[in-house]
Formats: sequence, structure tokens, C-alpha cells
Amino acid sequence: MSACKEDPRVHGIASSIRVVPNFPKPGIMFQDITTLLLDPKAFKNAVDLFVERYTGMNISVVAARVKGGWIWLDKSPGIEARGFIFGPPIALAIGAKFVPLRKPRKLPGEVISEKYVLEYGSDCLEMHVGAVQPGERALVVDDLIATGGTLCAAISLLERVGAEVVECACVIELPELKIVKS
Amino acid sequence: MLACLGAPPLETHLPFVAFPTSPSSRSALRLPLSRRLPSLRYPATALSARHHSLAVAAAAMASQESGEDPRLARIASAIRVIPDFPKPGILFQDITTLLLDTKAFRDTIDMFVERYRDMNISVVAGIEARGFIFGPPIALAIGAKFVPMRKPKKLPGEVISEEYSLEYGTDRMEMHVGAVQAGERAIVIDDLIATGGTLSAAIRLLERVRVDVVECACVIELPELKGRARLEDMPLFVLVKAA
Repeated sequence: MSACKEDPRVHGIASSIRVVPNFPKPGIMFQDITTLLLDPKAFKNAVDLFVERYTGMNISVVAARVKGGWIWLDKSPGIEARGFIFGPPIALAIGAKFVPLRKPRKLPGEVISEKYVLEYGSDCLEMHVGAVQPGERALVVDDLIATGGTLCAAISLLERVGAEVVECACVIELPELKIVKS
Repeated sequence: MLACLGAPPLETHLPFVAFPTSPSSRSALRLPLSRRLPSLRYPATALSARHHSLAVAAAAMASQESGEDPRLARIASAIRVIPDFPKPGILFQDITTLLLDTKAFRDTIDMFVERYRDMNISVVAGIEARGFIFGPPIALAIGAKFVPMRKPKKLPGEVISEEYSLEYGTDRMEMHVGAVQAGERAIVIDDLIATGGTLSAAIRLLERVRVDVVECACVIELPELKGRARLEDMPLFVLVKAA
């Protein structure tokens, strides 16, 4: 439990997230954020918490995966915050570009690709060539689950094109939510 | 520094005919020809860059003369077309370049928000995956719920499911049980309407639980694929039509 003072919005956010047992497989208590999205006030507050943190940090790129963006909720397993859902509102609010990171063959045109290791086998994450310029400051809304492989791949893609990854908004440090700084 | 695409130089595909919006109370902005044009590093090659910039300026002038919203020219020109993706013969409308143009992306959202904010919409349903990019910002701005319409087995918990046709075979779309209530007013968002198959499935899902689907909204329409006709009497609002 964090010693930080609690932002009054966090309670509403936390309580709007529902737990679905045994999804996607037995034994996992899945934190389903779609119920957060059904509560306009809680959704707005969640976005605002991110935006308040990242405004004024001169971030010009928000990069995210469709399935990415897990939020740890105090001792609970991760929940999937869906990078595509949180990334664009954050990007719009802080005046940054939104850059989707996708599985192979989803992005049309020229891409760069980074392989990452899964529990069994490997997969690839892709980003458009030219989407990000050297020297840009980037925020990654992505996932820390399992091996953390996809997060490393996301960071790697951005660093390969010369961007500076300022932070990964995977886990937020507010009363029940914890942030991991890269 | 121009980023060259592996693909051959792209046509600008002008005109992107900007679909007329409902009568706007805004006066058209006077945009000088020298305004900053969308980034030409991406996707234009050196050769087509100047052609591209002239085309954008022409579109801006045309849109002002015809009384269309002046934001549409920049939105349209921020979308890039990728030939032969995902397969030969298809001209793919890539909205990721729109997302790199912060003003054009914001204008896109604003145009939908302006249309829907006073229509008492409580549900914005977005179709996986690119509907997830445009839907949530609109929902946030108009104070509506965002409801993702997903491929099978992605949503945890109880779902309802609707089958729809593909070119070959079928697919299914799912929505959470209890996400929406009977009588709520909804819009359905996707980045693009082609044949209208996925939009129709989303409408059916919502109507099965007695939601009032007020309109479908897309950034791009491909008129040749007749999606509008497939939606029959369901209103459709789009920002640009791709020729």
C-alpha cells in the first residue's frame, strides 16, 4: 500500500473496474477495464491522471499497442488497459502524435520490426518508418505482463529510430496503482 | 530528410471529395497558401511532394469556395493511400498518417464531437481495431460510454455475438452483455466504411438489445463499395470520400 496521498479520483476509477475470474484461462483473475469505459466520469478521470502527469514533459510521441497498457491494481494481477484506447486521448490532450505499434502485417507500407520472445516461441512488433523522428521524446503505453518482452520491443523500436523513451505508462504510481519508470 | 517508401510514388488521389457537413455556423477560415502543409516527409517522395502540396492547396481553396469545412482538406490530405495492401489491387486508406498530424487528428475528432454533442448520445460503439482510436476521444468529449465491438473471444465475461459475411466465409463480432441499456441512443464508429458488413453487424448487435442506433460515423467512405446502400435507412456521416 502506497504512502502517497490519495487522489480522490482513484477510488472511482478502481471501483469501476470489474474482475472476471478464470479469463483468459483458469486461475487468472482478469481485471476488465471495459467497465471503466462505460463510466464516462471514471474514464475521463483516468485519462486526466495520465495527462496531468505527462503534460509539460515535452512529449511529442505516444506509442501504444492495440492490446497493450496493463495497469497493476495493488496486489492484483494485471489488467489490460488497451493501448489503443488510452493512447489516443492522452496524445490528443498533450498535443503529441499517436503511433500504433502492431503485430506483423497489420501496418501498411514500410515498417521496422522488432522480435520479442514469448513463453513459447517469439513474435514481432512493428512500427511505421518515418512515424517518429530522431530526438523526439516518447511515452509508451504498453504492457509489462509475462516476460515484459513486448515492452522491451516497443522501447527498442523507438530507440532504434533515435527517439528518447521518457517513460512507460504501464503501471501508475498513485495510491493503489503503481508506476514503473523506465 | 524525406523518408522514402518502398512502394512506388503514391498518387494524391485528389480529389478526396470532402463530404459536405450539415450547415455550419462557423465562418470558413481564410487559410493562406503558405500555411504549413502536412508533413511531406511521410509518405511523399521528393518527386511527388510538390505535386502533393499543390494538390492540398487546391483542395483547401476549393473547400473554401464551396462552403465546406476548411478543416477537411487537411484531414483528407493527411490520409495516405497504400496500393496493393493487404493484397494486390486494393488501395488501402491508411489513417496512421492522420494520427501523426496532431492538428488534423484533433480536427477529425472535433468534427464528430460537434455533430454529436447535442444529440443526446449516451453510447459510442467502436469497431475493433481502428474504431478504438477514434471512438474513445469522441465518447470522452460528449460524455458518452465507449463500448468496444470486438472479434471473438477477446471480451471477458458474458457477450452477445453476431455473425457477418466476409468476401470468403464469415466472422463474428461480440459486445458485452449489459454494456448498453434498452433505449439508449448510440452511434457506431469505425475509421472507414467499405462494404458496410462490419457496421451492419454492429448495428444488429445494438438493436438486438433495443438500443436506438442514431447514426454510423466514419472518417472515410469508399463509395464504390456501396456500404451506404447496405446500411439502407441507417444514416451515415463521413468526413471524406475516397475516389
